[in-house]
Amino acid sequence: MKFQLPYSGLQWSDLPFLLTGIFHTILLTVVAAAIGTVIGIILGWLRESSVVARYILAIYVDMTRSVPLIIQFILVNSVFSLAGLALDPFVVGVIVLSLYMGVLTSELVRSGLQSVRPELKKASRSLGMNYWQELFHVSGPLALRTSFPSWVGTVIALAKDTSLVGVVGYVDILRATQILINRTNEALLMLGVTGLFYFLICYPISLYSRRLERTLQ
Amino acid sequence: MFGYTFFWSLVWDKLPELLEGAKLTLEITILSMIVGTTIALPLALMRRQATGPGYRFATAWVELARNTPALFQIYMGYFGLGAFGLQLSSFLATFIALSFNNAGYLAETFRGGLNAVPPQQFSAARSLGMSSLRAYMHVVFPQVFRIVFFPYVNQLNWALLNSSLGSIVGLRELTGATQAAQSESFRTFEFFIVTAAIYYLMAKVVEISARLTFWRLFRS
Repeated sequence: MKFQLPYSGLQWSDLPFLLTGIFHTILLTVVAAAIGTVIGIILGWLRESSVVARYILAIYVDMTRSVPLIIQFILVNSVFSLAGLALDPFVVGVIVLSLYMGVLTSELVRSGLQSVRPELKKASRSLGMNYWQELFHVSGPLALRTSFPSWVGTVIALAKDTSLVGVVGYVDILRATQILINRTNEALLMLGVTGLFYFLICYPISLYSRRLERTLQ
Repeated sequence: MFGYTFFWSLVWDKLPELLEGAKLTLEITILSMIVGTTIALPLALMRRQATGPGYRFATAWVELARNTPALFQIYMGYFGLGAFGLQLSSFLATFIALSFNNAGYLAETFRGGLNAVPPQQFSAARSLGMSSLRAYMHVVFPQVFRIVFFPYVNQLNWALLNSSLGSIVGLRELTGATQAAQSESFRTFEFFIVTAAIYYLMAKVVEISARLTFWRLFRS
């Protein structure tokens, strides 16, 4: 008898599976972007305002940026299993991606705060504002204005990077596609749909970010 | 909580395999950067035309490369091209996908650099009797080179880190070699900490040598 691989074509029942993958990708992007932005604002402010924090964080920032994300996923995953904690792949994804997003955002926040002219800060302080009032009403809004377009670009990069979380077992859209390809052999069709999904999300946002950059200049 | 004993000796035994993988990582990074640069230059020039089929082709390339994940591009090379009867090895698939990706990003970098050189310089060179090619070679490109130097190095670093995605389609570069080496003992943490350190070192070497090169070339 000839050996035959179990094979079945695409079915309509695969659609919910794909949609779940899409939902997972979007969920991970939104959660990691939200937490990462908060981390990034705090880190960026620390790096700008304290010399000690700048040197300590420089090492952390440097390492996060020079080690591939796949390896960061695997390491975080294995650290928690060494500690005897079985983490959900989603949580591993959120931890790694929001720390990564935090590092990228902190660079933007820092350069945004640096771009505020010192005269403005002095003027606000001599009007009787305290440090926090000056930060929230003068420096903050100005920094936000300069760094917002690049922040949008960072979110797009994050959305693309969520595709790597498959290595720790989270079934995002790309992982779901790969599973379906293994079963059905419809590689081109499946990848076409997935590619279109990423493109339709990332392209409009990147156009918006570029336009924003031009209008703000 | 941490009732765990580390076994570093297992990693040292496998270190030659890891270094072999690191060599493949460097090879694929450098090759894909060379091919990417070669394609990016004409793409950048086509993008500057702002109309015509060349512009549309270059724009499609750039936007596709920048707005889809690199892992998707590798899958496209590995699984997707199979539909056309092209069965690529994991090395070729990763290499082609990374070159495609590098070309897309570098084309935008080069375009930015070209836009930063005032157009009068090109006109002046032309009116001195230089041919278009010579004007680009001797007047425009040397200035562009200086502007795009650090963005280019960033891309090189990025390609180095992105080559780790090849492991997902079975390439035995540094990440793939580590995965294979740790599968005998499942000492995942020890192995990947060492691999992370190797990546960090490679990225640092690239960064420091880039700084030295820049200083040597443009220290005026």
